[in-house]
Amino acid sequence: MSKLAKGILFPVLFLLAWEIVMRATRMQSDSLAPPSEIAAAFWRAALDGTLAQRTYETLRAALTGLAVGGGLAVVMSIALGLVPAFARLMRFSIEALRPVPSVALIPVAILVLGFGYAMEISLIAFSAFWPVLIYGHAAIVNIEPQLLEVSRVLRLGAFGRVTKIVLPAALPRYFVGFRLSAAVSLIIAVTVEIAANPMGVGHELMVASQSLHPDLMFAMVLWIGLVGWSLNAALLFAQRRLFGPAGAGVAAR
Amino acid sequence: MTPLARSFWYAGSIAVTALVVVLWQAIADHGGIPPVFLPGPDRSWDALVAGLQGGDLARLTGATIERMVYGWILASLFGIALGALIGSSRLAREYIAPTLELVRPVPVSAFMPIVIAFIGLTGDMVLIVIAIGSIWPVLLATVHGVSAVEPRLVEVSRSLRLTRLATLWKIALPNAQPDILAGMRLGLTVSLILAVIGEMLTSEDGLGSYILLAGRTFHSADLFAGVILLGAIGLVSNLALQAIEHRMLRWTRR
Repeated sequence: MSKLAKGILFPVLFLLAWEIVMRATRMQSDSLAPPSEIAAAFWRAALDGTLAQRTYETLRAALTGLAVGGGLAVVMSIALGLVPAFARLMRFSIEALRPVPSVALIPVAILVLGFGYAMEISLIAFSAFWPVLIYGHAAIVNIEPQLLEVSRVLRLGAFGRVTKIVLPAALPRYFVGFRLSAAVSLIIAVTVEIAANPMGVGHELMVASQSLHPDLMFAMVLWIGLVGWSLNAALLFAQRRLFGPAGAGVAAR
Repeated sequence: MTPLARSFWYAGSIAVTALVVVLWQAIADHGGIPPVFLPGPDRSWDALVAGLQGGDLARLTGATIERMVYGWILASLFGIALGALIGSSRLAREYIAPTLELVRPVPVSAFMPIVIAFIGLTGDMVLIVIAIGSIWPVLLATVHGVSAVEPRLVEVSRSLRLTRLATLWKIALPNAQPDILAGMRLGLTVSLILAVIGEMLTSEDGLGSYILLAGRTFHSADLFAGVILLGAIGLVSNLALQAIEHRMLRWTRR
């Protein structure tokens, strides 16, 4: 049996057993639905447009937050990486701020920004900031000293040094940081929607759970998993294609 | 860098943080931002002290920490046991590990509505969700660590005619220890996050429900006090586990 077939056997058997048990016992439940009904609910949501609409809301918030948080982190990490004194002086502030769980800021964001995109995006940006900052800072600190010497020999200005030497050399690690941040962004988006914000797939999932529609609820969980999995797979593929061994040399996950 | 220079720079970085706090105070006092949205550090600190001394804050902090630690211990025990089971058997690795990889990218908070549908908005629900959510880092790290034993060590166990259980206990698990500890550290972060969200959704006693209520009633100083406490829990728990990790892994450095 191929590797793929072996991997897929267990989930298929599990789903079959689930379906058979639920049909054989004619179970009526507010919290469980057979896989066939979950698939039907998924199909309905896909046809009437709710799935596309909710996914758009979640992805828009996640990607905007990633862009804002990641962008700020790139600027900050360059400053930290190129000016060691600045990095040493910021150390305590970063150590004190980083362990604040982003979900603890949900009430603060609601208080200041109310419900909607702005509040969700700001929370995502906060969470997406850290992986890029840490990988980016490490990348710049670890640049070959010879490359920096080259930039000195070429008499590049500060701007030319950053755009021509530092960023290209650090790019593979920045990409890894962004990949991790992308996963975090989606997680925080869904979490904020489940906990508070009335939009996106997380909210749809919560409503399905509370209005006792287990078929739609499981369909949404599967869909969220699928979106997360595809995002990660696409970014991994891009990383291998773009950077090859240079990207693989950086930590696998 | 000499130790003296290092502590000098560290003191400097603390001074920078103090400067940020002073700036925060100045903005709160003169920045024109309504105090409902931005309480100064003075008011946040007063709320924190008052809450810890006379109010409920100490009890609520304890409730959140208890929830987080219980869920995390549950997750770690099951994660290590399941991970050892899957990681030490080639059959289980081939047939079950791909399913785990499939479930992994699902944001753990998405399991919360499912558990709510089964057992409702209760404290047990929060505990179960914490356990389910923070099992992943431990489980996957254990599977990886147990299955990635150096081939020579496997040969050693074979020539010593160790049973499978003995191999697992004496060779595979110690080999996986760094992975497991790293996974547990990640798991603790996840369990704090899930404890907070769970409390927000269920209104069970804890810092999560406290800050949500403080925010809704515009008690922003109390809200900031709660956020500061949650940050402190995150920081202290992470530092404690790092210290434990450092001690327990001394043998790997030699």
